[in-house]
Amino acid sequence: MSEALASLPAVGPEVKRRDGATGDRIFNWVVMGCGLFVLAALLAAAISMAWGGLLAFRTFGFGFITGTEWDPVAQHFAGLVPIYGTLVTSALAMLIGVPISLGIAVFVTEVAPRWLRGPIGGAIELLAGIPSIIYGMWGLFTFAPFMSDYVQPALIDWLGPIPGIGLLFSGAPMGIGMLTSGIVLAIMIIPYISSVMRDVFLVVPAQLKESAYALGSTRWEVVRDIVIPHTRTAVVGGIFLGLGRALGETMAVTFVLGNTHNIAISLMEPGNSIAAAIANEFTEADTDIYLSSLIALGFILFVVTFIVLAAAKLMLLRMAKQRGE
Amino acid sequence: MLTNKLLSACLGAGLAAAFAVSASAADITGAGSTFVYPVLSKWSADYNKQTGDKLNYQSIGSGGGIAQIKAATVDFGASDAPMKPEDLSAGGFGQFPVVVGGIVPVINVKGIKSGELKLSGKVLADIYLGNVTKWNDKAIADLNPGLKLPDSQIAVVHRSDGSGTSFNWTNFFSKVNPDWKSKVGEGTAVNWPVGIGGKGNEGVAAYVTRVKDSIGYVEYAYALQNKLPYVLVENAAGQYPKPNADSFSAAAASAEWGKAQDFYLIMTNAPGEKAWPITATTWAIMYKEPKDAERSKAAFAFFKWALEKGQKEASSLDYVPLPETLVKQIEDYWTASFKG
Repeated sequence: MSEALASLPAVGPEVKRRDGATGDRIFNWVVMGCGLFVLAALLAAAISMAWGGLLAFRTFGFGFITGTEWDPVAQHFAGLVPIYGTLVTSALAMLIGVPISLGIAVFVTEVAPRWLRGPIGGAIELLAGIPSIIYGMWGLFTFAPFMSDYVQPALIDWLGPIPGIGLLFSGAPMGIGMLTSGIVLAIMIIPYISSVMRDVFLVVPAQLKESAYALGSTRWEVVRDIVIPHTRTAVVGGIFLGLGRALGETMAVTFVLGNTHNIAISLMEPGNSIAAAIANEFTEADTDIYLSSLIALGFILFVVTFIVLAAAKLMLLRMAKQRGE
Repeated sequence: MLTNKLLSACLGAGLAAAFAVSASAADITGAGSTFVYPVLSKWSADYNKQTGDKLNYQSIGSGGGIAQIKAATVDFGASDAPMKPEDLSAGGFGQFPVVVGGIVPVINVKGIKSGELKLSGKVLADIYLGNVTKWNDKAIADLNPGLKLPDSQIAVVHRSDGSGTSFNWTNFFSKVNPDWKSKVGEGTAVNWPVGIGGKGNEGVAAYVTRVKDSIGYVEYAYALQNKLPYVLVENAAGQYPKPNADSFSAAAASAEWGKAQDFYLIMTNAPGEKAWPITATTWAIMYKEPKDAERSKAAFAFFKWALEKGQKEASSLDYVPLPETLVKQIEDYWTASFKG
């Protein structure tokens, strides 16, 4: 407590007070400019993509979203395959990445001995700094062979015969495909989610936690009933930051997804994603309608991301309402 | 005061820009095909040593190369697919081949060594159509009596990005398999009926190395570098030549360039006895009446040097020199079609 008091600015006769009105106004304008810049950039991106994709939307209509054909020779394009691939790989990434991130954050803030917190925190930040092309190459040359030799045959043997779930784990163990992409994406988004979670877990008032411990709560109960409810807004925010990255990730996915215009139930099968399709085909898209279709895919990715974020916001609002805030 | 400052700043910037322009005026600029990038960068280094002229080439893809030359932002565009004569004359362009290379099917099948497996173009296309799905399919077994073929699914690998390699590959299929022509067609990117897509030659090579019982196609140099077993493919004369410099140049020599207007000829399925059936070339596309004659002249000087002296370096990178008759035809075409 005394530390906090000492850090407050000393107010006394020796401090000269100036009229801050002008400075304050300039400051307001500057920060408002920064805020508007985000809106302007977002709006400009959305408009230019919608404009670029207009030709494709006009030509193919609603079928552009529901159709599965992608034929550059016949100049007929529809985007359901990459849309599906984007959603499935991102969902897989969240399914794997969120629990692990939560575990990391809880370990670092509540369980780990003090000397271990620094190194793990540093490792998380380093992981976030690795360029995605490195993840892609690692995924293709190191992780995909491991998946095809050990993980996928085991999954096919164990889970394949189960009715229902088995459909997800059928096919040839090629090492690349939806599952591998989901895992690589999960590794890529873990640093983002876990560092946000760690930072917000650290600001949970010690009195709350200590009171709970004093009442005999276990660590798990403290995390479940004190830490997470106290920080849920920020935690959900962190999760959606990771999801946004997973949806838009390009290079790593291009390497390990298989780039096939194909919708398959099995997670072992290759597929395509919006970002990967654009990265692969943009350079040689030599007709207007081809280029427009790729830009239209970009616009759809934009809309999907927007919907996801809006859903997150709604969820937070509802949670706040339930708690009567 | 303020205007003075502005003026001098503008002058300074203008001077700097002028200097930048004059410095780069000697540089030849080009953009396009990634297929020729290795040999162009080797040529440009040697040419720079000998003449002091520099070549600045951006390997952005064939489609991009054509777009750039249309916008006149570069001195030449390079494309793995030729432009049609009518498109050339509409835009005031001329085109000519620069270098020849081969595309080879590569496999990863246990027990089958390089050059042991023979496939006809039709069967190869049927594999890529998904009509032939097993390695011991009768169609394959009939072409390979005595070779022990495994009873396993064929994993097909193709390019995921648009590429001239795919263009020549699908062009060959369209010539030898009517089914392919009607269902898929040819192009730098097509709607592949089956298989997984690797990004770039290196991506396909990596997939074929990793995925068991797979087949893919790469430029010859990548097959050599990755030590991938290749497949022999039947040519138009019914022979199975080995893919190497000899069979590539045999294809280039046997192709009927003399009859092709603006060198609009795709070399796949060339008629020669020893011709490798999937041989490809890259075209340079230039304005016939360029706005900047000086720079265009510099570009021609470079290509003349490349065609006459630079072909040895091309062979060291596993490209194939153009046959002498073709070089002669190209030089005649230059004097006939281009100004300056």
